[in-house]
Amino acid sequence: MKDILVRIGGDGGEGIISSGDLLTMALARSNYEVFTFRTFPAEIKGGPAMFQVRFGDQTILSQGHQADILVTLNEEAFRLHHAALKPDGLLVYEPAHYKPEGSFEAYAVPLDEIASHGVKSAITKNMVALGVVARVLDLSFETLEQLIRERFGKKGDAVVAKNLEALKAGSEFVAQHPVKKQLPVFAPLESSHKHVVMSGNEALTVGAISAGCRYFGGYPITPASDILELMERELPKFGGAVVQTEDEIAAIASVIGASFAGKKAMTATSGPGLALMVEELGLATMAEIPCVVVDAQRGGPSTGLPTKMEQGDLNLAVYGAHGDAPRIVLAPGDVEECLYYMIQAFNLAEKYQTPVIFLTDQSLAHRTQTYVWPDFSRVPVINRLLPSEAELKEYDRYKITPDGISPMAIPGMKGGCYAATGLEHTEEGFPSFVPKTHTIMSAKRAQKIEEVSREKGFTARFGEKQAKIGVIGWGSTQGAIREAVEMAIQQGLSVAQLQLKMVYPLPEADLLEFLQSVEQVLIAELNYMGQLNQLFQSKFLIPTQTLTKCEGLPFFAEEILAKLKEMSGSAKAAAQGERLATHNR
Amino acid sequence: MKPTWCPGCGDFAVLNALYQALAALDLDPKNVVVVSGIGCSGRLPIFVNSYGFHGVHGRVLPTAMGVKIGNPKLTVIAVGGDGDGLAIGGGHFPHAARRNIDITYIMLDNNIYGLTKGQASPTTLQSFQGKSSPYGVAEENLNPIALALAYDVSFVARGYAGQIKHLTDLMIEGINHKGFSFIHALSPCVVFNDTYPYYGKKVTPIAPYENPSNKMRALELWQDKHHIFLGTFYKDETRQTFNERIRDIIGQFPRDDEKYFKELLNRYA
Repeated sequence: MKDILVRIGGDGGEGIISSGDLLTMALARSNYEVFTFRTFPAEIKGGPAMFQVRFGDQTILSQGHQADILVTLNEEAFRLHHAALKPDGLLVYEPAHYKPEGSFEAYAVPLDEIASHGVKSAITKNMVALGVVARVLDLSFETLEQLIRERFGKKGDAVVAKNLEALKAGSEFVAQHPVKKQLPVFAPLESSHKHVVMSGNEALTVGAISAGCRYFGGYPITPASDILELMERELPKFGGAVVQTEDEIAAIASVIGASFAGKKAMTATSGPGLALMVEELGLATMAEIPCVVVDAQRGGPSTGLPTKMEQGDLNLAVYGAHGDAPRIVLAPGDVEECLYYMIQAFNLAEKYQTPVIFLTDQSLAHRTQTYVWPDFSRVPVINRLLPSEAELKEYDRYKITPDGISPMAIPGMKGGCYAATGLEHTEEGFPSFVPKTHTIMSAKRAQKIEEVSREKGFTARFGEKQAKIGVIGWGSTQGAIREAVEMAIQQGLSVAQLQLKMVYPLPEADLLEFLQSVEQVLIAELNYMGQLNQLFQSKFLIPTQTLTKCEGLPFFAEEILAKLKEMSGSAKAAAQGERLATHNR
Repeated sequence: MKPTWCPGCGDFAVLNALYQALAALDLDPKNVVVVSGIGCSGRLPIFVNSYGFHGVHGRVLPTAMGVKIGNPKLTVIAVGGDGDGLAIGGGHFPHAARRNIDITYIMLDNNIYGLTKGQASPTTLQSFQGKSSPYGVAEENLNPIALALAYDVSFVARGYAGQIKHLTDLMIEGINHKGFSFIHALSPCVVFNDTYPYYGKKVTPIAPYENPSNKMRALELWQDKHHIFLGTFYKDETRQTFNERIRDIIGQFPRDDEKYFKELLNRYA
């Protein structure tokens, strides 16, 4: 079956997100795969908002490009979104507001009248629209009704009744006025696996708790705030503590303090907050204290595009420090990976006693995706290396070892007393400004990161084994790139993809193997300067092409496909003796 | 490790008082964490035979909070200077106070930036002429006791490096206090701003008949122009501590991780 994309546009506060969430949940419960995408204004109320959900019976890799169904609650929404509707798509609109023109099927539904006069509740307009969509696609009505009861039950029976009435009214309207367009039917599917549907922020929070995180300190910032809110609600149930601190510096300082005291601890922020944290991250590297920092990237620099996405913080995450302060930077590719790689983030932090930065972005933080009910045994939890009784007899906190990892004593341990310090220090932990000490200790800290680069499981490869073009991407671009690669292969192009789930240190062996299997390299990322390309160049010094996008929006698979086609064309030209065009931006 | 402070530094006396307080309280060093920022006072944890944390400038209070929440059984003592606590880290002081986090915060106030060699600090008197203030200090000096009282710190006291026994007693009282205790420790810098003669003339013990639960009286005492009072200005033992609040929240949920994971995931199914 083909997948379908439904987009709903209107004003913030019109209930677009609410109806979109219900549609998403209903599909997920009917065992369809979903991938949602939303944009919302930076203001609290008003301003245009949009929710779209793409779904089908196969894994959905990206948010999709062109809508099959567009629901507009007002004329402005039509103006903003009609270009995203397929030429033969279905437009649901309110005829009292405007008369749309286009090749699509314009399906007039008097949403306002049905809500205001039929249901006698103007605010149920969104539910009327949901009823229309549900009937057009033949979704399970029982599932939707059940979801409405669950969602609005707390607000009382009257609210539930009004919403159900609005849903039915929308559905009945369609029964009386059938649409012409032929659309697939989404009756519930049988599935042997139980599914969940959650956002990136939600998945990584679940992952953190399952990894053993028992302290969270954080300061609200879009698009990371839901992590703080969810932690506030959930962590106490697992015996953990959450503090909404006075600023981001206090957040990371408290995380480092809690970790020093023996707890697994994390914070979550976005670029401006990470910028404030870098001094403390240097301390965590120097004093060798595990900690996990989520950076849900948004458009920058400065306040930038607070509610939009960008992969613009790679340089800050990797290099944001004074001195040599190496740390680990992970970049999950989708919602499911947010959960499993968050467990990895804690594992690496604990194992190597160093900060781990977990790079998501607004699109991944807020998008929802379905995935199979988590199996926590897939990534066993690792705890930090503690000193043995014998080691505590003559304890050196920063003992030089073959892999650079020294046993870490926890306050309360007899014999382990030491002072963690951001000053350069000896193996015993005493401040030391002896020249050689700084060399030896810098090497110790760097060596741990060297070891990390040999960790397995931080790349994913798709496409052909030997290919003309190899695309390298990182983080949330994974699905769109993979979709483009699949389309390209179908169209006869020779393409392979390597997705990095760890951007620092670079997984060297996997990258080298990949580079040997492709002729041209494309690095695709969502920032203007090509930050991964720069990092890559500093290591491999080979010609690359870049595809960058800096619009506050994710990649569309079609954009990547176009670039692959262009490169394919130039590869043919190269075969004819012309020079291969490369550009490094 | 031997202290690296200049001979005559007030910090020796504060360290000495802390040794004596910890000994008198008979605390096991393995259960004590001394946390600091940077500056002259920042080195103090390294000279104490307990667990220590020497962090970055100004962040001693949130770091100490993390340690205390990380393991509530630990005795956590935060030490920092006047610059550390009132300039760069000034924003953390009110929040440690309103959380009433159960730590003891000793501010070693030498009225100068010592380790950067003599620039004015937030508590330096306006009359001070130094390298960064050749014509005197442009700003008025902050009064840490006034701030602590305004922030409603639940234990506010002042001691003096010139009176080690008294300072020791205050530390014992502060560490025993349930909640956030603030001890303003006057600790002169003999190299850049020797305030021993000034304090010598001005320090006066708070009279034994004063009632430390009287906030209005405490506010009068700090405003006295003729004296620099030493002793306990204010003490409120009725307030809940941050750790108690956390304990109460966690206590609502009997331990059953498996059940809570299932409930959590079911929200998304």
